[in-house]
Amino acid sequence: MKTRTTAWLAAAALMLGAAVVHAKDYKKLRIGVEGAYPPFSEVTPDGKLQGFDIDIAMALCAEIGAECSLVQQDWDGIIPALLARKYDAIIASMSITEERKKKVAFTDKYYNTPAKFARRKGSGIEIDPASMKGKAVGVQRATTHDNFITATYGDAVEVKRYASQDEAYLDAVAGRVDLLLADSVAMSDGFLKTDNGKDWEFVGPDFVDPKFFGEGAGIAVRKDDPELVELFNKAIATIRANGKYKEINDKYFPFDVFGN
Amino acid sequence: MDVEAIVDNLPLYLQGTWMTIQLVALSLLVGLGLAVPVAVVAGSRRVWVSALPRAYIYFFRGTPLLVQMFLIYYGLAQFEAVRESFLWPLLKEAYACALLAFVLNTGAYTAEILRGAIAQTPFGEIEAARACGMSRAMIMRRIQLPSAFRRALPAYGNEVIFMLHGSALAGVITIVDLFGAARIVNSRYFVPFESFLTAGAFYLGLTFLIVWGFKLWERRWHAHLRARDATPTVTGR
Repeated sequence: MKTRTTAWLAAAALMLGAAVVHAKDYKKLRIGVEGAYPPFSEVTPDGKLQGFDIDIAMALCAEIGAECSLVQQDWDGIIPALLARKYDAIIASMSITEERKKKVAFTDKYYNTPAKFARRKGSGIEIDPASMKGKAVGVQRATTHDNFITATYGDAVEVKRYASQDEAYLDAVAGRVDLLLADSVAMSDGFLKTDNGKDWEFVGPDFVDPKFFGEGAGIAVRKDDPELVELFNKAIATIRANGKYKEINDKYFPFDVFGN
Repeated sequence: MDVEAIVDNLPLYLQGTWMTIQLVALSLLVGLGLAVPVAVVAGSRRVWVSALPRAYIYFFRGTPLLVQMFLIYYGLAQFEAVRESFLWPLLKEAYACALLAFVLNTGAYTAEILRGAIAQTPFGEIEAARACGMSRAMIMRRIQLPSAFRRALPAYGNEVIFMLHGSALAGVITIVDLFGAARIVNSRYFVPFESFLTAGAFYLGLTFLIVWGFKLWERRWHAHLRARDATPTVTGR
């Protein structure tokens, strides 16, 4: 009788142990990405995901030794879907902010670039409350840019919030917004340098205030996965050191987007 | 449950509710004004008269409201000619685009409801009116339309509720209506359940008001259909 109980206990302990090992083993990872934020993340005409975020995700996965699959998710639901275990990490140019830290854990930054306004060439709008009064400013909803414009110029301007950065560009071309506020690199490569954005230009200073814009873009994971944060942090440090990061960086940008 | 995020944002929800009410009320009003002549013309027996209004009804009932709204909001803006035209100051505004889509949509549905109700007019009534020497326009105005409105009322009540629910699509094109407010709260605090549940509660409240309003309206217009009181109160004794 006793031996049988022991055997059962041993079997139960084994299964429990196996379950724990399985849960924290990270051999397979699902990565949430957005796919509407060129050049960091976009969908090619033949339906493939590509961009800086995607390449970084793949490089980090290779470093960790995990088999990764990408899950495309709209920005609005990108954190709720992480919490709902639709994927295990978000690599989608997400700024590390205090507000988000309440819900998710962040790794160290993997890049940091300033935010900037853009205006239609010849519109003469300057970045001060008087000149911006009554103008429509297009931002992506629930981004650091949305929070910044709402908190600082929210009373003076009309804030137009879009589900994706691409939709904001569309309405800028259509003339429905007078100003855009977005990440400078994303806007430069994703809009200003394209044919659509040929009539638009940067205006005003770089915005880097950590209070609004955080410490840069990090990888978000669920709070009960602290080991995964460590794994990603180590992987980020490694690809920074071994030249893989630079290789990806140089594929997209003529300067180092890691920031200082 | 994150109640705080909802309570802190109640003003945003109220602002959104007001926007929803405005959009729906205006669309219904203009849509009804559009639907009456369309229904009358679509009911014509001459094909070359009824073809155009019927095509309009067919198109707007046959395509999703979201598609119609995107066609107007994003689609029209694609053309240089539209952007240069005198209509652009209006079409530039998301509000006007949503309103236009809603008006055309509810106009089509309401026209179809009315057309059916007009077609159901008992022929005896029309015959009687003719015998009295009324012209066709007068028959339409005095006999067919009033009784058609009465018959259409329950179906129209449904259409009003559909319009209210359909108006949530305005939140997709930058308008901060009730649904738009919920999306802002959701994306800022990451509380999808709480934020959309609150919006749902507001929609429920609005729907209740509509149902109640139509009940009163039907009592008035369908007074002749109500069962008579078995024991009429005798007054003046």
